[in-house]
Amino acid sequence: MTRLAFVLPVAAFAALLVWFAAGLKRDPGYLPSMLIDRPAPDFDLPPIAGRERGFSTQDLKGRVSMVNIFGSWCATCAIEHPVLMEMAREGVAPIYGLNWKDKPGAGAAWLAARGDPYAAIGDDADGRVAIDFGVTGAPETFIVDAAGRVRHKHVGEITRDDWRRVLKPMIEDLKKNAQPAD
Amino acid sequence: MGRLDLSRQRPILSKIAAMTAEIGQIFLVLALLAALYQGIFPLAGAAAGDNALMQTGRTAALVQFLLLAAAFGMLTLVHATSDFTVRNVVENSHTAKPFIYKLTGVWGNHEGSMLLWALILAGYGGALAAFARAGALTARALSIQGLIAAAFLGFILFTSNPFARIFPAPADGQDLNPLLQDPGLILHPPFLYLGYVGFSIAFAFAVAGLIGGRIDEAWARAARPWALAAWTFLTIGIALGSWWAYYELGWGGFWAWDPVENASFMPWLAGTALIHTLRVLEVRGAFKAWTVLLAILAFSLSLVGTFLVRSGVLTSVHAFATDPSRGLFILLILAVFIGGALLLFALRGPALSSEAAFGAVSREGGLLINNVIMVAATTTVFIGTFYPLFIDVLSGEKLSVGAPYFNIVFLPFMAVALIIIAPASALAWKRGSISDAVKRVGPAALAGLGAVVIALWLASPRNTAAALGAGLAAWAGAGTLVEVAKRIRLREKNALARAAALPKSYVAMTLAHLGFAVVAIGVLGAGVWKSETIAYAREGDVVSVGGFAARLDSVRRIEGPNYVADRAVFSVSRGGAAMPAMTAERRFYPVRGMQTTEAAIATDLAGDLYLTVGEFNPERGWVVRAWRHPLTVWMWIGAGLIALGGLSGLGLFERRRSPAPAPAAEAAPA
Repeated sequence: MTRLAFVLPVAAFAALLVWFAAGLKRDPGYLPSMLIDRPAPDFDLPPIAGRERGFSTQDLKGRVSMVNIFGSWCATCAIEHPVLMEMAREGVAPIYGLNWKDKPGAGAAWLAARGDPYAAIGDDADGRVAIDFGVTGAPETFIVDAAGRVRHKHVGEITRDDWRRVLKPMIEDLKKNAQPAD
Repeated sequence: MGRLDLSRQRPILSKIAAMTAEIGQIFLVLALLAALYQGIFPLAGAAAGDNALMQTGRTAALVQFLLLAAAFGMLTLVHATSDFTVRNVVENSHTAKPFIYKLTGVWGNHEGSMLLWALILAGYGGALAAFARAGALTARALSIQGLIAAAFLGFILFTSNPFARIFPAPADGQDLNPLLQDPGLILHPPFLYLGYVGFSIAFAFAVAGLIGGRIDEAWARAARPWALAAWTFLTIGIALGSWWAYYELGWGGFWAWDPVENASFMPWLAGTALIHTLRVLEVRGAFKAWTVLLAILAFSLSLVGTFLVRSGVLTSVHAFATDPSRGLFILLILAVFIGGALLLFALRGPALSSEAAFGAVSREGGLLINNVIMVAATTTVFIGTFYPLFIDVLSGEKLSVGAPYFNIVFLPFMAVALIIIAPASALAWKRGSISDAVKRVGPAALAGLGAVVIALWLASPRNTAAALGAGLAAWAGAGTLVEVAKRIRLREKNALARAAALPKSYVAMTLAHLGFAVVAIGVLGAGVWKSETIAYAREGDVVSVGGFAARLDSVRRIEGPNYVADRAVFSVSRGGAAMPAMTAERRFYPVRGMQTTEAAIATDLAGDLYLTVGEFNPERGWVVRAWRHPLTVWMWIGAGLIALGGLSGLGLFERRRSPAPAPAAEAAPA
């Protein structure tokens, strides 16, 4: 009986160790969006100040695209911006912008100063749509396939390396594979 | 001619300088060899009863420390000189970074902090070798220390080499995370590590005692100062970290229950239990097995905390996913040391009988309650910290456990601790008397009631639970003071002389318990009774909070060494009376693209006025946030008292009153 009490700590630790070992295989930075392989949320956002075109779920259907969450207040977005410009120039897939929790006019002014990589931009001033997407911070980028399903989520800035090695191949794959399915 | 000679020498010198990293690496390899020697031979000597062999372990420990100090010096050198051929420097430094942060940047990253960890471990080993009494117990403890050191040096060399080169070398570095470029963080990690790693000695003594089969009063006397030192350092480290969070994160939060904080708090709680039971074991010979288990737990939690939490299984981004070998290595180390110690405990523990009997109402009984509270508190923090991982492994769901959980399950334990801390520590050893204890509680109860009334009357928002908490804190603090007054017979003559003659363990306990009550007051003030105003302000506008008026005088763009900042100057008054001007900044560090807030804080004993400046809106002005954080300063004062208690328990403030037995008597200064 008392002997058992002395064995308890090591037994508990052994169980814990198994758990840790199982946890090791998981990537804590990878927060799987609930949306992966599910249709993108339904939304219809107004344009940002001074633009005519908004951004809605309909834009995401018919071809592979990217949705990039940005804000003029977000320092990392400014770092990511030149890479987005390059990606837009390559024209592999359109990038849609979700201007997240920005003050009226701030997003437009920010883009006017830096250049606009986006095919269309939605003004998500209160952050509703970002919540539906499961956004944890800016910048964040989603890859959406031609059927309008979210296929990948990239947390943080996209570096040139990320683009070349991860995102671009994935988009090209999706483009190829989507054809027979549709 | 002389000039010619110099130009001949310079290439040689610069060649040596260029090899700093390789030299550091060599020191590291040699330190590993010394650690292996230290890990094997004293243990073998103790088994064989070979005194000479046991003695060589001391030399090995000192050599290992010197080699690691040299390796750490080399890493410091490459950081100080911004040698961008070394990957570690590239990833964490920048030419424009202020020099002091080039130095602290040495441990502001995984590899460097691992090296600091190993250096401190070796430092403790060296101290043990230099100061501990010769004998089998010390020899075995040194060996356990050496084995731990060898494991971690292996980890550093094989998976986390701080001296690795990068090719081609970039022109400049990526800078240190600006949040870490702060005076408060210069000392926070070293103190934290001094605490974490310090528990390795108690752990080593526990394992050594189990191997030797002797856990007794002498064992407790040998182990207690080391545990107390570690606990004191950890106290200081946690307080520094909390203080840093308070002023640097820009909203006055001092504790968020995030995994990294919990990682430092769990060993502290277990360590608190440990230093209490060590005292019982030292004086009364009771709680043997329990004490040994706590010694193992305190260090195990340090290890689990440092490596599983800090290194990212739980939180950080991609730390292990990109390099699973690190995680596997760490798990292996944990399995061998923690698992090994606990296995030994399972085998040898039942033989550790405590024959000392004591009544339910006694000092031992009180300390037992302390232990139950501390262990239960540790368990709740542990569960809260690791629950997300368990759930993730079970179901793949991601979730986080927030502050509400911790506040609900943890704070009641602290309330109970506040209730019993003063009466329990006043009980006599072995058999105390309730009636004695009850006679003394009058003044303390009065103080507690008074505090409740004041808190309900003055503090806003009115919060009954917080007012009760304040009452408990006042009860604990006053109870502790009353006990001292009784003990030194304050109203009679020569009370001061009696106070000066109090034993150091009593002084230590009193200071630490008082500190605990004071921290509780500060936590309540800063956590519950704060008030806040957010407003847009242009130059000349006034923002008011809690009786203070802060007028935004000017906002200027300034250039720091590696940042640009908007610096806001406020002229402040309270009830019409002017106070010194206050300066807050919003900094932008371009290399990392990060923003930090430098709050302006004016402190007095009643609390802090806390101002930050935010973004500029062309139409409405600057976002200015003003907080009144009442009583905050008492958190730091209380933490200081606790640390002071630890230091006085170590005999740091003790004047030698009677001459030591062997050497000539020292002239005692008056």
